[in-house]
Amino acid sequence: MQKALVSVTGQDKVGIIAKVSTALCEQNINILDISQTILSGCFTMLMVVDLQGTQESFQQIADRLAELGGNIGVMISIQRMDLFAAMHRV
Amino acid sequence: MIETNEILQTIHMIQEQHFDIRTVTMGINLLDCRKNTDAETAECVYDKITRLARDLVKVGRDLESELGVPIVNKRLSVTPASMITGSDPMRIAVALDQAAGDVGVNLIGGYSALMHKGSTVAENILLDSMPEVFSKTERLCGSVNVGSTRSGINMDAVRRMGAIIKRTAELTAQQDSFGCAKIVVFANAVEDNPFMAGAFHGVGEPECVVNVGVSGPGVVQRALEAVRGQPFDIVAETIKRTAFKITRVGELVAQEAGKRLGVPFGIVDLSLAPTPARGDSVAYILKEMGLEMAGAPGTTAALAMLNDMVKKGGVMASSHVGGLSGAFIPVSEDIGMIEAAAADCLTIEKLEAMTCVCSVGLDMIAIPGDTSANTIAGIIADEAAIGMVNNKTTAVRVIPAVGKKVGDSINFGGLFGYAPIMKVNTANNDAFIERGGRIPAPLHSLRN
Repeated sequence: MQKALVSVTGQDKVGIIAKVSTALCEQNINILDISQTILSGCFTMLMVVDLQGTQESFQQIADRLAELGGNIGVMISIQRMDLFAAMHRV
Repeated sequence: MIETNEILQTIHMIQEQHFDIRTVTMGINLLDCRKNTDAETAECVYDKITRLARDLVKVGRDLESELGVPIVNKRLSVTPASMITGSDPMRIAVALDQAAGDVGVNLIGGYSALMHKGSTVAENILLDSMPEVFSKTERLCGSVNVGSTRSGINMDAVRRMGAIIKRTAELTAQQDSFGCAKIVVFANAVEDNPFMAGAFHGVGEPECVVNVGVSGPGVVQRALEAVRGQPFDIVAETIKRTAFKITRVGELVAQEAGKRLGVPFGIVDLSLAPTPARGDSVAYILKEMGLEMAGAPGTTAALAMLNDMVKKGGVMASSHVGGLSGAFIPVSEDIGMIEAAAADCLTIEKLEAMTCVCSVGLDMIAIPGDTSANTIAGIIADEAAIGMVNNKTTAVRVIPAVGKKVGDSINFGGLFGYAPIMKVNTANNDAFIERGGRIPAPLHSLRN
């Protein structure tokens, strides 16, 4: 399993989850966990995904998500999950 | 499972608080490149560097993309050049500069000489070539070690470095004497420092190695905002926790970079390295501790604690901590230091006191263009004495900007920043500097 975190932040609107999930589905990326909240008026969604099944490179996935973010008007980024484990777990 | 608030904390550190990996530096041994002529050596140097560092920039970019953490600089450090140069070191300087450009790194360190006890013929020639080399090359940086706790201070080297810095300033007068920003004069230089301009690949190092320098003054400053008014025990604890988190990312990057490049991971340098960007300043951390600006009474104590807590927090986060590890206090590269110097709150004398407790020394300080070579040598001698007696690395990187006086400023742009010209004590020290010779090592050098 190759875990990564997709974070989506920006102005809340209809269909953000649908569009992001569709993009992930098209790249055969499995979603393991989703949490979503509104933090001081800002839509914040964190998705833990598994990149094992996808054929695309990390950079391609990141570019595609960033482009989608540009279209919807939110910021989407993807980072390897080990970053967070390294920083917050001894 | 990682908590949502922890994930958001990391994201905010990167997006809002300028957290980044400051440098991934590959160290390369060049001792086997020494041939019969400087021309052959230069060719071998170019080939070896471009072969070993071919993928350095790509690996850096890949890791940056996958982790979402900026890796600001990819750099190279090499064996001190004076160990492989002969009568024409310029040839090798050009090869180093060109190799760095061709593999895509912005700086390469190691046009260096270790002269803390005396100098070799090759070192003398290399030293004389420095002004011309640093005016003609773009990416090459160099350093000279003039003293150490074990061997004392080579005052002949100190005197010569004053003159070399002056000459370099003159040859690069058109660029605000920028050449001087590429020369560091050390005492107790370290062999595995990944930061420029003082990086070189020491002779005790392996064939090739990857060292990583972390940063994040903005992250520390933001963490301290949450504990305003609390006692120092809490401040210390907060810095330690933050330094731990920052260093863990450095460790992750260092391990991954080493694996992908097929070379051993050397050390993580857990320094707080500022940039001229607002919110990326070591001086602002001191401000957050309660000082109006850097230089106010209490500054040295604040910096001492910061430096120590960065080490204490970071040391458990990495399997190998090394380099300079601590808080850097360059003037031109730190917005808070620039403001304090411009307001006359920060003087060279106060900076000298601060260098007793920070990770290095007098760094990126612009001084009047008419400062004499012996005055600069005197500044170097004082700084080397602090390093020698306190068993720590100290350094001098001053820019005697040609044609500029107190009240003027210089601007290098980018990470090198800009700086007001600071006042220098010009009382005559000619008879002192011209004595030459060697200041003997202090009593505590005899530790066996």
